[in-house]
Amino acid sequence: MLRYSIKRLLQGIVTVWFIATATFIAMHSVPGDPLLQNKAVTAEIRKNLEVKYGLDKPVTQQYLIYMSNMLHGDFGISFTQQNRSVNDIIAKHFPVSATLGILAVAFAGIGGILWGALTALYRNRLPDVVIMFLVILGVSVPSFVFAAIGQLTLVHLNALVGHTVFPVAGWGTVSHMFVPSLVLGLGTMAFLTRLMRSSMLEVVNADYVRTAKAKGLPITRIFLKHELRNAVLPVITVLGPAIAAITTGGFVVEYVFAIPGLGRYFVQAVNQLDYTVIMGTTVFYGAFLVLMVIIVDLLYGVVDPRVRLA
Amino acid sequence: MSEVITDAGGSFTRTAGRQLILLALLGIASFVALAFLLGWLSRATSDTQGVSDAVDPLTGTITLAMSSEPPQLDSTRATDQVSGFVLGHVMESLLRRGPGTDLRPGIAERWEITDTGATFHLRADARWSDGKPVTADDFVFAWRKAVDPATASEYAFFMYPLKNAERINKGELPVESLGVRAVDDRTLAIDFERPTPYFEKLAVYSTYGPVRRDFYESMQGRYGADADTLLYDGPFRITTWVHGAHLRMEKNPYYWDAANVKLNVIDIPYVTGDPLAVLNLFKDGKVATAPLDAETLDNALEQRWKINRFNDGSVFFIEFNHRPGRVTDNVHLRRALLLASDSGELVYKVMKLPGNLPGVSLFPYWLQGLHGFFRQEYPPPPLRVDIPEARRQLALALEDLGLAQLPPLVMLADETGPSVLQAEYYQNRYKHTLGIDVKIDKQIFKQRLAKMTAGDFDLVMAGWGPDYDDPLTFADLFTSWNRNNRGAYSNPELDRLVRVAQSSLDPKTRMDAFGAIQKILYDDAVIVPNYERGVVYVRDPRLKGVERRVVGADPDYTNAYIEARP
Repeated sequence: MLRYSIKRLLQGIVTVWFIATATFIAMHSVPGDPLLQNKAVTAEIRKNLEVKYGLDKPVTQQYLIYMSNMLHGDFGISFTQQNRSVNDIIAKHFPVSATLGILAVAFAGIGGILWGALTALYRNRLPDVVIMFLVILGVSVPSFVFAAIGQLTLVHLNALVGHTVFPVAGWGTVSHMFVPSLVLGLGTMAFLTRLMRSSMLEVVNADYVRTAKAKGLPITRIFLKHELRNAVLPVITVLGPAIAAITTGGFVVEYVFAIPGLGRYFVQAVNQLDYTVIMGTTVFYGAFLVLMVIIVDLLYGVVDPRVRLA
Repeated sequence: MSEVITDAGGSFTRTAGRQLILLALLGIASFVALAFLLGWLSRATSDTQGVSDAVDPLTGTITLAMSSEPPQLDSTRATDQVSGFVLGHVMESLLRRGPGTDLRPGIAERWEITDTGATFHLRADARWSDGKPVTADDFVFAWRKAVDPATASEYAFFMYPLKNAERINKGELPVESLGVRAVDDRTLAIDFERPTPYFEKLAVYSTYGPVRRDFYESMQGRYGADADTLLYDGPFRITTWVHGAHLRMEKNPYYWDAANVKLNVIDIPYVTGDPLAVLNLFKDGKVATAPLDAETLDNALEQRWKINRFNDGSVFFIEFNHRPGRVTDNVHLRRALLLASDSGELVYKVMKLPGNLPGVSLFPYWLQGLHGFFRQEYPPPPLRVDIPEARRQLALALEDLGLAQLPPLVMLADETGPSVLQAEYYQNRYKHTLGIDVKIDKQIFKQRLAKMTAGDFDLVMAGWGPDYDDPLTFADLFTSWNRNNRGAYSNPELDRLVRVAQSSLDPKTRMDAFGAIQKILYDDAVIVPNYERGVVYVRDPRLKGVERRVVGADPDYTNAYIEARP
């Protein structure tokens, strides 16, 4: 187990290095000049800015400097937020994105497993048809539509009640968290419902379920122990990447609900060609994704003893 | 799949269904518990002011949203609009802005401006937010900082009227040689590089604001990065600044004119660029004002709210590439394009957003002339649409260029929706009126700038916002030495007129020069005016005394107040 973990971690580090290098190359190949602003500056000021950000050196040297700084955990200073270090931006805003992401994944996971089990139980009957129709909606409608609808619903709800039940936007209290995390988790929940349904349908026809029924085990025991527990395995596999995807992909929801997450900085940085923030957030998100996949793989062994042996 | 054993008589489904309901209740409970746990955890790291109302007459609080947060608030380096908005409320320069374009005494109570320099006398009761007096030294320190090439301030050119400023900024002279000195604590003496009759209009800017040396140096490079790394001398001070989330300004008790500041708190707990989100907050009674775009305007109209309009002072136009070898260097071609263009059609039939005015000149309508509006005193040559004349000019151009057919023109534009829409309109219009093919080159903002700077275009959808409240901020745009003249237009007569306007002390001579420049821009077809940008917005009717400004902090809440409900 320990050797396996170490091996996976080393592989992960190589992956992150590869992500960093690829991003560095891609970023410098994107057309545009990070130091250009609407109002032109003198050649001298430009030279000073280039020195400040190390852009006066050849690209290969910039790469080496960047990599060595990154090894020391220093992502540099933002080009646009001129007094803030990228480390500070990540430290302040990632917890917000993570909070939102964890809640969204919890919602998606719980909802997906329950709806999936329900549709499998009522296969081809009315609840199944209705839910699967909604699932198709959930998978195909983009999150900005859900965000706008969710927000509008809140406006009407608050107007109906006469005072603010849930805030329309903003961040800071528990009441700010519910609706954005539901909106953010909807797509993933729909996807997990389908996964859970098909996995459940496979399990109910398995030999051990047939045996359990033939033995005359109590229905609750068959359903919970034999069916649900086995059917949930594929869902857990995709949960890790889902956490990473939701945490990093919450930009639209953060934008609509005015949530100070990292997603905004990630997207703005690309538009502004803010080199240090692009590198910092990409490498950080990359490492986060890799770590999540590793953790889930290790956890998988805990849930499914068969994997542990392999 | 076999159907035999999935369900026997429905009892399995019923029992399992009950289990599922139990599980669902458990799931919901654990989700809520998790939310509260996370909420409790994040409470430790973020401030929670609760949800306040748009305007609160009891506490004198107004709540707003902003589109982005200031990158930083060091007045010597700030350039963007959001920083300008915040700095305009928390900082004060030698002068301050009154209603409209009025200039009032600020930190300076009186001043004299001559053709060689100026003297400002600071008021005795001007204080920083730590209670210490604002002195002339604070201005000297800040101004030297702004021109110091090591600061790399993008607005250093603002200081160029000061003696030696430009040469210091180029690294040719030490910063100590800047033409400003503190005669005593309350007297600031300024030497000009050349006569600067409009110096008052510059001195009101935050770039010309004070910075206290001991405080600046004690911050070790973090000056202006957070609420507590700044000293304030304006009507408000920042008490909370959670990056990307929340900015709270409270009345500054040390401000010399605090008695006349009515609002106690300007609270900005929302940072989002989404107009729909801000409008929803407005509907919910959580923000005092919301800007509208084409999409949200209809939504606001349905509510029967009062829609306010305002022109923000920016002018948009097509700029040509005048570099040798470019077909657009030919004046007949430019005239043909100008004559075929119709800014009225663009604004009313294509853009369709109320507030925008059809462009007629580089000089927008709000600029002041001698006694009234510049536009009334020096009306621009009327822009007429004349297709036969445009075709005649095109024929002349082809003759000059020795071409039978014009090659496709490259029109550079931002990849944002409105910019593309306008480019497509012109593409269509020039094709149908003149048979000219236009290729649209859509680029992200930074790459558009890079291509403009490199001269890689024939036409570009460009614009210009005023830096200060004088026609000169537009007039010098197309001088041969201006780095923002990205089409490389060059005309010795225009250069000469700008030099006259820069240094003449006689207002009439200056305005005549601007009038002549306006005519040159038309005769030479240097730009095709598109529109003067308008903004539309809704505002809580209880909030009064808000000043909208084309230059300086906009909107300006310094003199705003809340009218209690009748």
